[in-house]
Amino acid sequence: MVDGWLDYTLRTVALGAALLGGMSGALGAFVFLRRQSMAGDAIAHATLPGVVLAFLLTGQREPQLLLLGAALAGSAGVLLWMAITRWSRVKQDSALGIVLSTFLGGGVLLLNLVQNRPGAYQAGLNHFLFGQAATLLSRDVAILAAGALGVGLLLLLFWKEFQLLSFDRPFGASLGWPMQRLDIGFTLLVVAVIVLGLQSVGVVLMSALLVAPAAAARQWVDGLGAMVLLAAALGAVAGVSGTLLSALWAGLATGPLIVLCASILVLVSLLWAPRRGIVWRQLDRLAAQARLR
Amino acid sequence: MGASLEIQLIAVAAAVACALVGVFLVLRRMALMADAISHTVLLGIVLSFFVVQDLHSPWLLLGAALMGVATVALVEALQRSGLVAEDAAIALVFPALFSLAVLLIGLYARNVHLDADVVLMGELALAPFERVLLFGLDLPQSLVTLTGILLLNLLAIGLFYKELKLSTFDPVLAATLGIAPALLHYGLMALVAVTAVGAFDSVGAVLVVALIVTPPAAAHLLTDDLQRMLLLSAGIGAGSALSGYWLARWLDSNIAGSMALMAGVWFCVVWAAAPERGLLALLRRQARQRWQVAERVLALHLRSAEEEGAPNLVDRLPERLRWEPKFARQVLRRAEANGLVQYQAGGLVLTERGRQQAGYSSSRITGSS
Repeated sequence: MVDGWLDYTLRTVALGAALLGGMSGALGAFVFLRRQSMAGDAIAHATLPGVVLAFLLTGQREPQLLLLGAALAGSAGVLLWMAITRWSRVKQDSALGIVLSTFLGGGVLLLNLVQNRPGAYQAGLNHFLFGQAATLLSRDVAILAAGALGVGLLLLLFWKEFQLLSFDRPFGASLGWPMQRLDIGFTLLVVAVIVLGLQSVGVVLMSALLVAPAAAARQWVDGLGAMVLLAAALGAVAGVSGTLLSALWAGLATGPLIVLCASILVLVSLLWAPRRGIVWRQLDRLAAQARLR
Repeated sequence: MGASLEIQLIAVAAAVACALVGVFLVLRRMALMADAISHTVLLGIVLSFFVVQDLHSPWLLLGAALMGVATVALVEALQRSGLVAEDAAIALVFPALFSLAVLLIGLYARNVHLDADVVLMGELALAPFERVLLFGLDLPQSLVTLTGILLLNLLAIGLFYKELKLSTFDPVLAATLGIAPALLHYGLMALVAVTAVGAFDSVGAVLVVALIVTPPAAAHLLTDDLQRMLLLSAGIGAGSALSGYWLARWLDSNIAGSMALMAGVWFCVVWAAAPERGLLALLRRQARQRWQVAERVLALHLRSAEEEGAPNLVDRLPERLRWEPKFARQVLRRAEANGLVQYQAGGLVLTERGRQQAGYSSSRITGSS
């Protein structure tokens, strides 16, 4: 374990996971409150065709290029989702399912084409699905740090706007704020964070990293500011502990471990958070029953 | 049967089975439960594999189906606790269970052919290689499984059609009439789980989501009638399966991915062109309403000008109604063509019909009879 701490690679990966957990936790607080938790899942899946297309069109495997492709495809998916819910009777959940499966299906189709070619993209689907946190380089961590800084600044800058977007959108609209544009802007920010997380935790689990810290934090505090800070902290804790656990049991995938750590945090919070927690509520009920008797 | 025909039959059976149960999921706004179930069945398969130690045992299907129902129960328990919202409950439960499955495979089942890729994407092209003998016929294993599941779905929907319909559209009335909504609900979820498991065994989890959600959503844009929606949904599902198969064959690529893509493409076609709820119909309606409103405004304006005895100079219309001159000219032309106004002695006057129109509109606006 001590050796592990001194290990440069491990430190890099842990720092990257902490940054990722922190920023997705902070942003996830808004996603959670806006009841868009499943949107993260759909966006993450929708990025696949972008990754493959970026590779197909340029023939390069530069991570930045692939991330750009992912961001474009994710944004297209989000806009399609918003368009379907706005201009048809199809409900939000079905629209998410449609976008998710169509984009992922298209991505799989393209990926298979690429893989059928000689000397092609061997990284394969597994990396995309579960990420490869172990391959994080200091350059990737620098990108993650820049991303985290950007997310933090944008949240501070648009704090009031995003707050109103989450709690009382009609009031914002009545003030003459461009809520539609804010909505799109916020969702594109979510796309950006998801794309940054793809490399380390992958598609399937990125949505959990967005939602779980926020759900845990919500149980402990009521104020938005406190919730965002706590969610960021819990996300970072989940990131670091998942990384350490995966170093301890060599070979276990980091992404699923991070998600499992975040899920344990949620479970503990749901059970034990003061006042809201299930255990406390049961105790309260028992006490009330005792008083009545 | 040739392999090509067999694959197409498997694809169609999977598509129709999914599209039928999908109708009820979509109408109950539980489409994303399909996404969750299709992921967590992996954990069911892994756990039952640990028990029976055989990848081809039918117990795996049962374990997966049970895990599907357990997922739904867990999500709903979390919702009922009131601690997190519905969408968050799904988003918390299925990644946790899925991660657990992936880790368990990594820990204990490395050497077993239990790849996450295969689980998610399926390999339909390989389906004809696993065969069974049934009534003396040599058939692909997955064709038999999926046909069985399709028949099961048909039977269940046929038997409980009224109950499903009522509890979907009016759960309160259904409960009052003594239909147990919870029982029906979990029955439906078990059906979804069995369908998802059976389908994802051959076509992969992603395709299951595509086939459960997309065809019913497209069918819902075409009709309000449940029976017709079921038929249309099955048809669109089968169409997606066949067109997806041929696209994949033409491109020499993954069949499941191609079918999911084609389902999305067909949805977009329906969304654009549906007779009443399509985008084109919507645009046409909006344009028509815009002209109708403008013509009524014109008629009202002329009538009030008549009553006040004020001259209504055509040239001043754009200024008084704040219309672009070009728009005003178009409105005038349409109003004249529709017989609402006519030119008399150089001025613009309302016809009898135009007067009616104006009277009707002003009474509508002021609310008087």
